[in-house]
Amino acid sequence: MRLSAAEVAHVGRLARLELSEEELDCFAGQLSAILEHVETMGRLDVSGVAPLSHPAELRNVLRADEPRPCLAREDVLAAAPAAEDGRFAVPRVLGEEP
Amino acid sequence: MSGWEVVVGLEVHAELSTATKLFCGCPNRFGAEPNTLVCPVCLGLPGSLPVLNRRAVELAMRIGKALHCDIRPSRFHRKNYFYPDMPKDYQISQYDEPVNVGGYLDLPGGRRIGIERAHLEEDTGKTTHLGGGGRIHGAERALVDYNRAGVPLVEIVSRPDIRGAEEARAYVAELRDVLVATGVSDGRMEEGSLRVDANVSVRREGTGELGTRCEVKNLNSLRSLGRAIEHEAARQVALLEAGGEVVQETRHWNEDEGRTSSMRSKEESHDYRYFAEPDLVALVPDEQLLEAAGAGMPLLPAERRLRLAELLAPRGGDVPAGAADQIVTVVSLGLDDLVVAAAAAGADVRLALARAANEAARAPEAARGLDPAAFAALVRMEAAGRLSATQSKSVLSELIEHGGDPAEVAGRLGFEGLGDDALEAAVEAVVAAHPEEWDRFVGGEEKLAQFLLGQVMRSTGGRADGKAVAALLAKRRQGAPAEPGSRR
Repeated sequence: MRLSAAEVAHVGRLARLELSEEELDCFAGQLSAILEHVETMGRLDVSGVAPLSHPAELRNVLRADEPRPCLAREDVLAAAPAAEDGRFAVPRVLGEEP
Repeated sequence: MSGWEVVVGLEVHAELSTATKLFCGCPNRFGAEPNTLVCPVCLGLPGSLPVLNRRAVELAMRIGKALHCDIRPSRFHRKNYFYPDMPKDYQISQYDEPVNVGGYLDLPGGRRIGIERAHLEEDTGKTTHLGGGGRIHGAERALVDYNRAGVPLVEIVSRPDIRGAEEARAYVAELRDVLVATGVSDGRMEEGSLRVDANVSVRREGTGELGTRCEVKNLNSLRSLGRAIEHEAARQVALLEAGGEVVQETRHWNEDEGRTSSMRSKEESHDYRYFAEPDLVALVPDEQLLEAAGAGMPLLPAERRLRLAELLAPRGGDVPAGAADQIVTVVSLGLDDLVVAAAAAGADVRLALARAANEAARAPEAARGLDPAAFAALVRMEAAGRLSATQSKSVLSELIEHGGDPAEVAGRLGFEGLGDDALEAAVEAVVAAHPEEWDRFVGGEEKLAQFLLGQVMRSTGGRADGKAVAALLAKRRQGAPAEPGSRR
């Protein structure tokens, strides 16, 4: 499967990466090579194999509903580029609501 | 709007009443100081790993049981998006294999609404937009509090079975009652523990196909929900009648302006790139989980309404007119146990229901603490004519406020019921004092009954029971010589 530069630009935008024309070409080539490599698995006949949702054959890994200590707010906010009023301050959000 | 049908499907997000968040041990608590209930997991710090909360799973399955869903093996996915309300840049949710599939909710009016699915996911942080009037568009910066990030949610998705604003409100009210009754969520819309998005479309009456829908967000109350659906449906009808087309999109409800507006932008591509969450393993409903999910399951509102209906109309008869609404009120306020207890104690069910739905419902919280035996005794006193309706209501409000024994309270309030002899004597005295009015009553002038009854009430200082007086007057008239006008 060959990715187009437009598809790479779309994926880049979703990840908020600004990519130049050169980079688009470069990554289109690299990503396509990865996809093609994975596609080799598509040649295997897996008609008799049940789907696997996780390589670890574990199920129901659960914890008790018991509170544990939280982080100190000053430590949490100290790691942020900007904080205000005990909260993280982030740049303006324009038409980016999920 | 005539000739059009409004079709609604609702997505209800309910925060679960757990002690901790879905994937970490931070307390799940509303109203704490911002960013004091956070840890490396819910902040998405590198190297942290989620571990699923057993209680959240049990509560999710409890919802599945209450909504008659198929509870199935499930798994988690990452829903990727770029927005500061989730520090990981993805939300862990269930996608193609949700824990609860299918099911239904029966509304008080008798309609059954299908449930598509009810899945587990984590809540997002709370973003406050500053500048630009505080609205999302044009905000200069946003402040984020991650206390809510990672709080367990169940998203309950209905089928597009709901017809119009009123039914949508009834559905959410009923769902909330179920969630509260089962102890799964506190159901507080005003605190955001219950949030609703509405998928609204319209179609010509008699058409089977669904129209193009719009998803309306920001519905913070039942009132907003109803208004937004009415507005959005009217907007779509106007568009279609003018020859236009409805564009599928997400719209934002503005409560102050009373209208929806498009949230569409070039970014709204809904390209969430879901993929299986590699840090969590499969979730399978085993015996232990299912047992805990169903433990102490109370009667659901629909079952409690049926229980009252059967008391009122045994052998599948019709519920008396006016009682159906009272049943809904009483069950919704949690006062139905009083009525059931009164019925078990041999009190008149219809009267017990009326007192619960009218008088007790005025102070439901206090009324829920009422001694059922006292309530039953009071209803029996009223039914037997020992207290008039007015007196009974006074005694009831006294019982709700201060408790006590109804007979004792009635005595203290001076409501010594008149004995049969005293009542008859009072009626006889009134008849003797008003011969002309009595003759006209005997002659068939029904309105005189009110006059005579009023006189008896007056002479007894309001202690007589109106119904008993009316019965005595009627009985006395039957025995009187039928010579209308003969004495004129």
